[in-house]
Amino acid sequence: MKKFLEGSQAVAKAVKLAKPGVISAYPITPQTHIVEGLAQFVADGELKSEFVNVESEHSAASAVLGAEACGVRSFTATSSQGLILMSEVLFNIAGMRLPVMLVCANRALSAPINIWNDHQDSIALRDSGWIQFYAENHQEVVDFILQGYKIGENPKIMLPVMVCMDGYILTHGMEVVDIPSQEQVDKFLPPYNPPYKLDIDNPLSLGLLGDPTVYMETRYAIQDTLNNDVLKLIPQVSSEFESIFGRRTLKLVETYKTEDAEVILVAMGSVAGTIKDVIDEERSKGKKVGLLKIVTYRPFPKEEVFNILKQASRVGVIEKAISLGSDGPLYTEISALFSGEKNSPQISGFIAGLGGRDITEKTIQTVIELVKGKKTSCIFMDLNKELLWEDFRVI
Amino acid sequence: MKEVKIFARAGQGAITTAAILGEALFYEGKYTYAFPHFGAARMGAAMNAFLRFDEKPIRLRSKIYEPDYIIVIDPTLIESENVFSGLKSQAKAILAVRENTPQYKGEDSQVYRVPAEKIALEVIGKPFANTVLLGAFSKVSGEVKLESILKAVETRFKDKPQVLGKNLEAVRKGYSSIG
Repeated sequence: MKKFLEGSQAVAKAVKLAKPGVISAYPITPQTHIVEGLAQFVADGELKSEFVNVESEHSAASAVLGAEACGVRSFTATSSQGLILMSEVLFNIAGMRLPVMLVCANRALSAPINIWNDHQDSIALRDSGWIQFYAENHQEVVDFILQGYKIGENPKIMLPVMVCMDGYILTHGMEVVDIPSQEQVDKFLPPYNPPYKLDIDNPLSLGLLGDPTVYMETRYAIQDTLNNDVLKLIPQVSSEFESIFGRRTLKLVETYKTEDAEVILVAMGSVAGTIKDVIDEERSKGKKVGLLKIVTYRPFPKEEVFNILKQASRVGVIEKAISLGSDGPLYTEISALFSGEKNSPQISGFIAGLGGRDITEKTIQTVIELVKGKKTSCIFMDLNKELLWEDFRVI
Repeated sequence: MKEVKIFARAGQGAITTAAILGEALFYEGKYTYAFPHFGAARMGAAMNAFLRFDEKPIRLRSKIYEPDYIIVIDPTLIESENVFSGLKSQAKAILAVRENTPQYKGEDSQVYRVPAEKIALEVIGKPFANTVLLGAFSKVSGEVKLESILKAVETRFKDKPQVLGKNLEAVRKGYSSIG
């Protein structure tokens, strides 16, 4: 049923439909409304779930790790410093092959303290073994959560899933979203039935020491699952979702007017919407510009990204994160795909929207102009040069 | 696509205003995107809420710099927040004013002055200007029916029956305050 909802409320409703047995979280903005909504459902008796209040995000992640180890579907949500505080446990969750669902309300990292949106928090966890989806709008967030459970909990996969949504822009933004019925979701998502769990009748141990004779194989196994099984399963689950819900939202990548594009921009998350509006405007002036939206960032869909970008002459990667001392992580990965390739497009990288700096249509238009010029690896967009170090140097 | 920018202090209901307006337009089959921007995120600090609406889904996620409409909930922000800057040509400004609020002229825009706090004090008993201004917006803009605003207020305040009737009355008074 279509409703006009705040993004966080849409998430709470989607999670409720998935019926997690354990929810644990520690409040942090801009995620807070998500678990507030879920706590309300539990208090009102609308959702039968153990809501575990904890003293930190490290404990919240540990609680859902424990729940999943006991074979119980679980949910947590966090942002920024909270995600980073969880990080030790998040690597464990992936290593123990536990399909936890986490919604990351993307927010910048301290210092300086900043509550606004960028992608640095979840990008910092890209190497953890979690599947990562980046949503453009409320509908995608809702759909990715339901499909994420199904993918992560598949007995061949057994990996955790992080659904990333832009803090404030989506968490606090209100828009029209279709919330599925319980009947539809029950048809799509069966009860969680893991192939292994802590059970006193069938004792086993999880998360043991892995010495040099076995550790490397555990890493290889995650890599193999992500790059072979998950990449194949996503389109299958998406088709099944479409047959029940009538829409196809979860993809490896989404293309927008790339067929004949000379310039293709690459981006993740809600900024894709702004870029689409700019592309329509450019197209109306006869300029052949398109967008490649990365939906599935982990595993990284190398083949799809390569095949779409190879037809362009210029590529501009716009990202809300940076590997300080190097370039934008997405730029680096996309550049690597074309290493040694003949006829590679010229690929340039742009950092935008850090700490909530507004990304406007003008920002995108400027990127398109810069992409046509000399190759650059890491341009910071919309900098206020008056605030830069040179002007404040006192020594 | 039309764009509305709302000026208020945190705690004065700017987000509620955008939410009710978005909901009302949704009832009329429009696509809407309502969103806040917090500065200091403290009660009393100047903040904005924004609303876009259109016949097709809204994709643009930036803040609003050139609005078609502005709604100013706190009269003391008119000057300090420079509310008329960036207004589109022929834009409409709906200002809550007090008796001592100076006469402002939007350069190329039409200014509507509403004694919204006074009306709210009479009807609600508290100076919450936002629902009054929603009624005024319906009349001034013609973009959304009064009935849709009233229905959206009912949805918003369904768990607060003690203030619902007063707010519905505030919306009607705001609507009729525009000559």
